[in-house]
Amino acid sequence: MRRQDSIVARTAAPAPETVMASPEYERYLASLKRQRMMVRLWQLAIIVGFLILWQISPNQGWVNPMLTSYPSQVLSTLIELVKNGSIFQHTWSTLFSTMIGFGGSMIIGLVLALSFWSFPNVYRVLDPYMVVLNALPKIALVPIFYIWLGDESSIYAMAIIVGVFITTLMLYTGFRAVDPDKVKLVQLYGGSRLDVIRKVLLPGTVPMMISTLKVNVGLSLVGVVVGEFQSAKSGLGYLIIFGSQVFQMNLVMTAIVVLAIISAGLFAAIQLLESWLYRTRGGNV
Amino acid sequence: MTVGRGADEGQPELAIRNVGLKYMTPEREMIALSDVNLDVAAGEFVALVGPSGCGKSTLLTLMAGLVPPSKGRIAIRGANVTAPSHRVGFMFQKDTLFEWRTVLQNVLIGAELLQLGKGASQVRAEELLVGYGLEDFLHSLPHQLSGGMRQRVALARTLLPKPDILLLDEPFSALDYQTRLALSDEMVGILRGEGKTVVLVTHDIGEAVSMADRVVVMSRRPGRIKSQFDIRFASGARPTPLQARALPEFNDYFRKIWDELDMQSPAQVLQ
Repeated sequence: MRRQDSIVARTAAPAPETVMASPEYERYLASLKRQRMMVRLWQLAIIVGFLILWQISPNQGWVNPMLTSYPSQVLSTLIELVKNGSIFQHTWSTLFSTMIGFGGSMIIGLVLALSFWSFPNVYRVLDPYMVVLNALPKIALVPIFYIWLGDESSIYAMAIIVGVFITTLMLYTGFRAVDPDKVKLVQLYGGSRLDVIRKVLLPGTVPMMISTLKVNVGLSLVGVVVGEFQSAKSGLGYLIIFGSQVFQMNLVMTAIVVLAIISAGLFAAIQLLESWLYRTRGGNV
Repeated sequence: MTVGRGADEGQPELAIRNVGLKYMTPEREMIALSDVNLDVAAGEFVALVGPSGCGKSTLLTLMAGLVPPSKGRIAIRGANVTAPSHRVGFMFQKDTLFEWRTVLQNVLIGAELLQLGKGASQVRAEELLVGYGLEDFLHSLPHQLSGGMRQRVALARTLLPKPDILLLDEPFSALDYQTRLALSDEMVGILRGEGKTVVLVTHDIGEAVSMADRVVVMSRRPGRIKSQFDIRFASGARPTPLQARALPEFNDYFRKIWDELDMQSPAQVLQ
């Protein structure tokens, strides 16, 4: 929030002195640009090469097409699923559960980490359980959740539980890493514990929250897909299981491709969030 | 603006009486301070020096009301210190700026927490920053500033709620030598100009002698007050820290305090 009646009008940072670029510097900039282009080119070459290999290997009889399908068939299956609209329903249901996993593990993780920070003895008591629960393969819980919570809620529960322990531990580590002098500073102005949390801990651990989100992208998707394996009537995990049961590799591969697109999209969204926060962080706390 | 000079003669601005501090770790019980007695008059600039680990910084956190003493009492104008107060400002060795806040927002943190009026605080914050030559950086983030500029922002933050007493915990030690000399000159000018009462903790004898009216030497742990030196210069007006360093008295005081600090073979080091 900026006030206009301030005694100093908002001043832009002083412009850097512009110096005529020397030819060497121009060449240096050009070589940097070339390097970036080469990286992009190689990235593109790898995916194109992979698709070509995938297309011609079954054609040439190097692998059994029943087992691998073709990119062209995956594409036509995808178009078909788009036409009859079912892909949207499956994708949405997976995406929705993933979002619940994201939000749920972040909120629960924040609450747990803040209470650990506020009451160190609680952390001391729970520490070994947190470590064990974090290491436990959460996938083992799928049947139990299915029995306890039914087909829909069990998926949400899986999506949350895969990420919640690592989220808690990471956020707690972030809170502990905050400079103790900054906490003292707030106390010097008579700030309460809540003030310390609002003014120092939360804004100070935003970078850690972003890292946590990045870890959770992968974890939540795992939780959702595994949950869908067990119980769903829709979703990409369901599509995979169904496709494999009827031996329709096209369907399986298509669902996997869509999953790859979803995870790339989620990751890109988090990076956008990160750069947006980076740009505005001075102004919003 | 002179603060507190008109207060009761006889009653010191800051009084430390028989203060002791003991703390316990799983390994041992430690007496950090024992029987510390010190009076600081209003408007006085006192420097605390002592070997590292003697508890001089700890004494400062006691004065700030962050930690209660295990024995004795600390009073400001006769009132016991039990909790931090806006009348006492504190500067850390690190600038403790919040990286996620702009310079202006950093200076305003105290006003926010103390719930001072927003508009007036903002105007004062800008005045302070402009006064310190930071007018082009009000909306910059701390990482865009040099060490000296950052510490000036921290000074503005400390002075914003108009404290009467300033506690400085080695505020220059993270800076390079030139910046440190220049900034200490500037800060002494500002603090004396506003008539603040200052307690500076430092391990730098030169800094103590050049800046303070009185240098208090503390002993090794358990920290207690060993001796005190009133710093007087023959020349009429009080010299600035940089001027003071060139005067003959500076070296005399330096040597005396060095001897008091009980380091190994001071004669050899100095000759």
